[in-house]
Amino acid sequence: MRKLPLMGDEAIAQAAIDAGISAIYAYPGTPSTEITEYVQKSKQAKEQKIVAHWSANEKTAVETAIGVSYAGKRTMACMKHVGLNVAADPFMNSAITGANGGMIIVSADDPSMHSSQNEQDSRFYGKFAMIPVLEPHDQQEAYDMVHYGFDISEKYGTPVLMRITTRLAHSRAGVTLQEPKQPNELKMPGDLRQFVLLPALARNRYSLLLGKQEYFKKESAESGFNKLIDAHDKSLGVIVSGIAYNYLMENFQDKNFPHPILRITQYPISEKMIQDFVNSVDEVMVIEEGSPIIEEQLRGFMGFGKNVKGRLDGTLPRQGELNPNILAEAFGFDYEHTNKTYDFLATRPPQLCPGCPHIDSYTALNEAMQEYSKGRVMSDIGCYTLGALPPFNSINSCVDMGASITMAKGAADAGLVPAVSVIGDSTFIHSGITGLIDCIAHNSPVTILIVDNEVVAMTGGQKSLSMGRLESIILGCGLNPLHLQIIDPRKKYHKENVEIFKKELAYMGTSVIIARRECIVALDAIKKYKTENEIIEETK
Amino acid sequence: MENASKKFKKDIIISGVGGQGIVSIASVIGFATLEAKLFFKQSEVHGMSQRGGDVQSHFRISNKPIYSDLIPMGAADIIISVEPLEALRYVNYLQKDGWVIANKNPFNNISNYPDLEKVWNAIEELPNSLIIDADEEARKLGSSKSANMILLGVASHLLGIEYQMLENAIRTLFGRKGEKIVDINIQCLNRGKELFVK
Ligand SMILES: Cc1ncc(C[n+]2csc(CCOP(=O)(O)OP(=O)(O)O)c2C)c(N)n1
Ligand code: SF4
Repeated sequence: MRKLPLMGDEAIAQAAIDAGISAIYAYPGTPSTEITEYVQKSKQAKEQKIVAHWSANEKTAVETAIGVSYAGKRTMACMKHVGLNVAADPFMNSAITGANGGMIIVSADDPSMHSSQNEQDSRFYGKFAMIPVLEPHDQQEAYDMVHYGFDISEKYGTPVLMRITTRLAHSRAGVTLQEPKQPNELKMPGDLRQFVLLPALARNRYSLLLGKQEYFKKESAESGFNKLIDAHDKSLGVIVSGIAYNYLMENFQDKNFPHPILRITQYPISEKMIQDFVNSVDEVMVIEEGSPIIEEQLRGFMGFGKNVKGRLDGTLPRQGELNPNILAEAFGFDYEHTNKTYDFLATRPPQLCPGCPHIDSYTALNEAMQEYSKGRVMSDIGCYTLGALPPFNSINSCVDMGASITMAKGAADAGLVPAVSVIGDSTFIHSGITGLIDCIAHNSPVTILIVDNEVVAMTGGQKSLSMGRLESIILGCGLNPLHLQIIDPRKKYHKENVEIFKKELAYMGTSVIIARRECIVALDAIKKYKTENEIIEETK
Repeated sequence: MENASKKFKKDIIISGVGGQGIVSIASVIGFATLEAKLFFKQSEVHGMSQRGGDVQSHFRISNKPIYSDLIPMGAADIIISVEPLEALRYVNYLQKDGWVIANKNPFNNISNYPDLEKVWNAIEELPNSLIIDADEEARKLGSSKSANMILLGVASHLLGIEYQMLENAIRTLFGRKGEKIVDINIQCLNRGKELFVK
């Protein structure tokens, strides 16, 4: 059997390839991006003719995957946790339609918000949709669970959610592979109305889903992933989920853990499994990476007469990523370290690269905005969000992808005129287009600056689906061509660019300025993508 | 290698600034660990493309299965830092007799970069530390970009992995880039090895 050094993301990707997927879809987002990148680069995936596409956003990714599942083949859709918010509509409804070909949705959470706006826990979505959730605790289990996930997806006709966190996604370890499986043949759903969620049909599908719950629980009790590790000291029992198990065991490397452990990596959990465990111990500690989901369920409104320790009573911190030291403290262990602090230890926050095109866009915008009071520039998510920091201090918001255009419209509607939006090319495609249509429909006095570096830079230089099409998309939305401007953000054009900004800011309607210059870090990638696009153009 | 029943472990923190070759150091140790048939876990910091932010990688090696992807505070055996200030950021991860191998040359992209003497002194005050002018050593061998391999060469005495395996790993990692790149990196590794003094 082959053994490879794989990151959690790569283990999931390799498993999907070996489990015989036909297609994978994603919108990039740290820490999930490397799953799809791995499939795109894999020779084996090429030989198996696996489709591995970047989608416009997470919603289109999940919908496309549902289409693959409809046609009877195995498929995966990947995203970061906040991407599942964008995909929530197809995700929730796919629980009702159920799957035909096996379908796994991977959502990568980011506790401690290393590179995210929040630390929401995707397990809530699994519970919300009432589908099985897999939460592997290490790279090998991630690999094995993808195989298992596809099997149960097809066995029960249900999508499956896999939840990982940053640490597993981006940590590498040796992973033993299984024999690759053949992809499924094209196979229509047995009932051609399975995916028609007309109310009368949806009600039937929903009762089917409710009926499956007992099977899902039985599956999690018997699959062997959730397991009891018994021990003699029953004064405490520990329920530990996902990767948190590693942090717990790290503290007991050379000694046996004295208390029984119930290790959870699959949901929904069987009530009996929890009850039997809790009945066998005096007190319970619940350790979860992310939100205290199991802990809240255990506590309930009334409690159940036993003390529950965890994130809700202060035994563990309420927010942020866990680590071995936090668990050592929870068990009252000492750990020695040098305990040195240096008062001169300056932080080194990320900055726009020297020579970045966004720098010239912001310098020009700042100068044009001097005529107006501060606080008018709504922005979005990408490298250009660093414009919020000194020396630029150019932008005043970053909420969710696409929100810059719609927030600017809202601010303008409220009387803040002119209002400005700064948005990246990929973010514009992801969810800026609909906001632009809102603005155009009412000719709202909003000036939209699209900082087009021709790539998805923030997440490592993936292909931007806007490439070569931005102007026609914008005009196709109905913008007055007189108010579409294209500038080259460079020092030598600074003066002209400032004048263009001033002119459009003074216009009492919707205008778009595209500032186009390549990301200097991704020049080679951009060249490659352009060639790919030319080949696609020829087939049109 | 080590006696199977005796526990062998090395916890290594590799630090520096984005673009300084932290990932290459980790990859070389990774390939060597595979050849040595040891368990490993390597946690990288990914996701930011911009150059210039601080980056770190936790590399754990053992002859027994490893649980945590993160090194606990107070457990690291070695910090290899391609930048002096970045070495100090992780000192609390170091165990009492742990080693710091740090590049002498600052990556000065912040306005409040501290007084360099202070930084060097703080490193030198640690029980086991070496400050190496890795940029200059690499330049003398023809590639200032390979300062990272100089530092890895210095640290090679502390890794508990056969030196030859590190050389093999460089061949595997840089092989595709051509013989010249492989040679320079191996020369830098060799030079680093000579610079270690206890
Ligand atoms: C819903 C959602 N999906 C994905 C992300 C991750 N993400 C943030 S910015 C970004 C890409 C931005 O690309 P672009 O707008 O072209 O800006 P650039 O970084 O190139 O300047 C991605 C993928 C996110 N924060 N939210
Ligand atoms: S990666 Fe590209 S877009 Fe991002 S800051 Fe650097 S040059 Fe600018």
